[in-house]
Amino acid sequence: MDRRSFLSLQPEAKKPALHAARTNTGLSKYTGAWTANEVQHLLKRTLFGSTKADIDMFTSLGLAASVNQLINYTSPLPAPPLNDYNSATITDPAVAPGATWVNNPTNDGTINGQRRSSFKKWWAGIMINQESNIREKMTLFWANLFGTESNEIANAHWVYNHHTLLRQNAVGNYRQLIKQVTIDPGMLRYLNGYINASTAPDENYARELQELFTLGKGPTVQYSEADVRAAAKVLTGWRINASFVSYFDPARHDTTPKQFSSYYGSKIITGKTGAAGAGETDELIDMIFLKDEVSKYICRRLYIWFVYYKIDAAAEQNVIEPLAKIFRDNGYEMKPVLRALFESQHFFDVLNQGCFIKSPVDNVISCLREFGVVFPTSYTNQYIMWNYIRNWYASMTQDVGDPPDVSGWPAYYQEPQFHEIWINSDTLPKRNRFTDTMITSGYSSSGQKIVIDAVAFIKKLNNPADPNKLIDEILQVIYRVPMSAATKQSIKQQILLSNQAEDHYWTDAWNIYIQNPSTANFNIVNNRLKILLQYFMNLPEYQLS
Amino acid sequence: MDRRKFLKQTLPAAGVIPGVVDGFPIRAFAAENGFIQAAMLPYVETDKVLVIVQLSGGNDGLNTVIPIDGYGNYLNARKNIAIPETGILRLDGVSKTGLHPSLKGFQQLYNEGRMNIIQAVGYPSPNFSHFRATDIWMSASDSNTVINNGWMGRYLDDQYPGFPTNYPSAQMPDPLAIQVGSITSLTCQGPAVSMGMSITDPTSFYNLVDNVEDPVPNNPMGRELSYLRQIARQTNKYTERIRQAALAVPTQGTYPANNSLAAQLKIVARLIKGGLKTRVYMVSFGGFDTHATQVVGTNTATGTHANLLNNVSSAVKAFMDDAKGLGIQDRVLGMTFSEFGRRIKSNASGGTDHGSAAPLFLFGKDVMGGLTGNNPTIAANVTVGENVPYQYDFRSVYASVLQQWFCVPDNTLQQIMLKNFQSLPLVNNSKCASVRPGSSFTNENVLVFNYPNPFTSSTKITFKTKGGHTLVQIMNASGHMVRVLIEKEYPDAGTHTVSFDGGYLAPGVYYVRLQNGQIQQVKGMLKVR
Repeated sequence: MDRRSFLSLQPEAKKPALHAARTNTGLSKYTGAWTANEVQHLLKRTLFGSTKADIDMFTSLGLAASVNQLINYTSPLPAPPLNDYNSATITDPAVAPGATWVNNPTNDGTINGQRRSSFKKWWAGIMINQESNIREKMTLFWANLFGTESNEIANAHWVYNHHTLLRQNAVGNYRQLIKQVTIDPGMLRYLNGYINASTAPDENYARELQELFTLGKGPTVQYSEADVRAAAKVLTGWRINASFVSYFDPARHDTTPKQFSSYYGSKIITGKTGAAGAGETDELIDMIFLKDEVSKYICRRLYIWFVYYKIDAAAEQNVIEPLAKIFRDNGYEMKPVLRALFESQHFFDVLNQGCFIKSPVDNVISCLREFGVVFPTSYTNQYIMWNYIRNWYASMTQDVGDPPDVSGWPAYYQEPQFHEIWINSDTLPKRNRFTDTMITSGYSSSGQKIVIDAVAFIKKLNNPADPNKLIDEILQVIYRVPMSAATKQSIKQQILLSNQAEDHYWTDAWNIYIQNPSTANFNIVNNRLKILLQYFMNLPEYQLS
Repeated sequence: MDRRKFLKQTLPAAGVIPGVVDGFPIRAFAAENGFIQAAMLPYVETDKVLVIVQLSGGNDGLNTVIPIDGYGNYLNARKNIAIPETGILRLDGVSKTGLHPSLKGFQQLYNEGRMNIIQAVGYPSPNFSHFRATDIWMSASDSNTVINNGWMGRYLDDQYPGFPTNYPSAQMPDPLAIQVGSITSLTCQGPAVSMGMSITDPTSFYNLVDNVEDPVPNNPMGRELSYLRQIARQTNKYTERIRQAALAVPTQGTYPANNSLAAQLKIVARLIKGGLKTRVYMVSFGGFDTHATQVVGTNTATGTHANLLNNVSSAVKAFMDDAKGLGIQDRVLGMTFSEFGRRIKSNASGGTDHGSAAPLFLFGKDVMGGLTGNNPTIAANVTVGENVPYQYDFRSVYASVLQQWFCVPDNTLQQIMLKNFQSLPLVNNSKCASVRPGSSFTNENVLVFNYPNPFTSSTKITFKTKGGHTLVQIMNASGHMVRVLIEKEYPDAGTHTVSFDGGYLAPGVYYVRLQNGQIQQVKGMLKVR
């Protein structure tokens, strides 16, 4: 696969100049207040939306225990995707409907196409049903970093296995992950590793390994074109057999010595014949990982993923450098880095709160999870609903499972706009349309419906009868941007009180409904709640995390 | 920086509700769907506009439109808040009824033939809850039926089928309905989506016109919020149309200051003149829930209710004058409504509690000026639970407006209004078939009565009909319908008598209501032991 040029969407928006410096806070432990506000800041960055129950739970844990809960999970891997695609015209010859296809690889293009769709629907379901830990956001982080495209990999078996590798190692050891990804069939297929032979080495993976997966590009990163060629030679010989498994073929391996530049200390990786040639791959990776730049690069990628897209000189010095050192000192284990970041003053700095434009998948999945949208229980209906959901974020330019190219989504790297790229005059109305649909009619199929149940949602809050507290509690769950008291008062009056002046009209209506949940009483409160939630979700504030 | 300081910098000082909110995002649909609209047979091209003025809280109708005839009983029922007889504003050619002294603007409009005052507008089995009653008025449902869309929404859905797909269109580039000063309304809720667009408050409107952005704090969050708002604004095609329309009207007439209704109506006039093809505007004004001290004890012509009515009257008058000055008065019809009236008998707090029927005002150059209906009957000794029985179903008013102003044909009308409602001659649009007032429309003749009255068990009810659809209902004093005595199509005019066995009824005041075409009449009956 050839590298494609980056997207560069440039809507003509004038932005106010950023006068104030960002902040000088660093990695010292955060010791400030631990309230629902801080909890939500942490949860909205690390989860796809959090419910009231989550907020309460994490608030009671305190910071250290919360971070521990997020990164020290023991959840088993989810059950694999199923055959949801048998139809009048398509029959999977090896897999019955409702059974998993991941153990029956095939070369059939039609079946693989169906399975790739099944995979994407299933992935949506995993995120919707995620547990309260960081695994899903990290799995997506790696998927974005490696930029693998399922359409390019084509074989759904490799797509699933590659994906599972990322989830298994979501908070594991990064160097180990690189080593496994390098010889994973999905990656070998994606970046041509499987046809990289000594006769004519293919530099695709050799380049991306350095430029995108470990070192990045920048003034301090000085690997050369010669290094790329040398690395390509090291990587020759890896293949995929007829059983869809990767293996090393010494006959296709370049056994000459591979000379690296002064950037790598002029290291020479001696060529080895036979099966030992496979070991050169690990030597290459170990050589790369000797560079401090690797730890800095990954820490910057994590920073952009979890904190903000702008890393100024202060952040580089006070956050990235010490984080990178922790990374190196711990042998490239992810957990110490994540812990240090999420327990830091810098992470909880107010200037880093509420400034993150939610990605499409975050926008969509968070909405479903915050409001507790109930999904059907039978797999056929689930896959239909998950398909509906994943088509939404795909239409908002984030087709999870198929990023635009190996660089991942431009929101995470494209200067100067970064996450503002998610928002344009086509995608913003789509976000509104999604939330409008979910709060009004929902989506119905085969007699099942997914919809936001406004009344059920507010029943879980502490004070639904008090219109002032109700608004505050709702905003605590769905907003990160504060709203002025005067604005909340106007909204309360116009929507919850139907232009009446007194709070008790809402309180009475709610209490009457609770005592007698007739259709009429239900409609009175439900209509107003839906309008309220729809209004909040239509404001630009809702897009921020 | 600590959070408190951060919040201080973040939150705007003014209570401006953020931005202009679309009823439903439209741009995303227009690009995607190639579906061609169905033939627009019901579509009627018109430049007529309806302005709906919502008075929130339940306006005290009896102190608004005051019986001069029968003043004694009125005074007796609400001594602590009754308007002095000498203060009642007189209407040309009307002897029996007058207006609250604050309604000078209305008086002027009436005398110029530009207002129709409809007495005792309500509906069977009225609901006394603000929320439910408001929903009933907006959805035009029966009181025991819940309908989740609005009468205007259904009308707009009929005229602009498939909205928002393929909108804005060349034929209709503008919002279908605009609501100023409130976030949203059931009135404009169509069967599937909201048909209306909100301009949340006048400040937002002027910010939009003058390209003033809502302030954001000078930090990363503020920066991103500003970007999001810019895109939101660029995306909303209607916003730009509104801006263009507003900029096309550099000057307007004078409107009273410190009057939020006037501020809203000023924007409406500007947008109509500016060339929007929007047919429906909604504005709202609240504070009418006057349970206590609705007057100043020593001078009942003043006080809370008087101020509210003054604001409404002066705002509407200014609007009408501005419409004339801008040359758009031919296009404009206005209508007030409130979710209910208030109790006949005042309470001890100097106020009134929730009631039922109340007057409704139609204003505009082409209104058929006049007073529609009779003074509510007020007994000599009113009990605390008694309410004004309705003479006209509010849905008749809606139906008449749709029929006579927007030229909605009958079959469509029934579909929009969900049922047939009697048509009242209210407004002249020469393009629509006009409804001629019946010769005995405002007749003083008794069309329905009962004998014996008072009665202990059964009573005979005699009624005159011109033929056609005839409805005779029995209602109790709270306005709840007790029985439909007759609902029939009579082939010819005639007088009929039917026996009504009311022996099972609790003693008290009841009303028999006759409805026959445009005619209706309500007559009180008394059941005794």
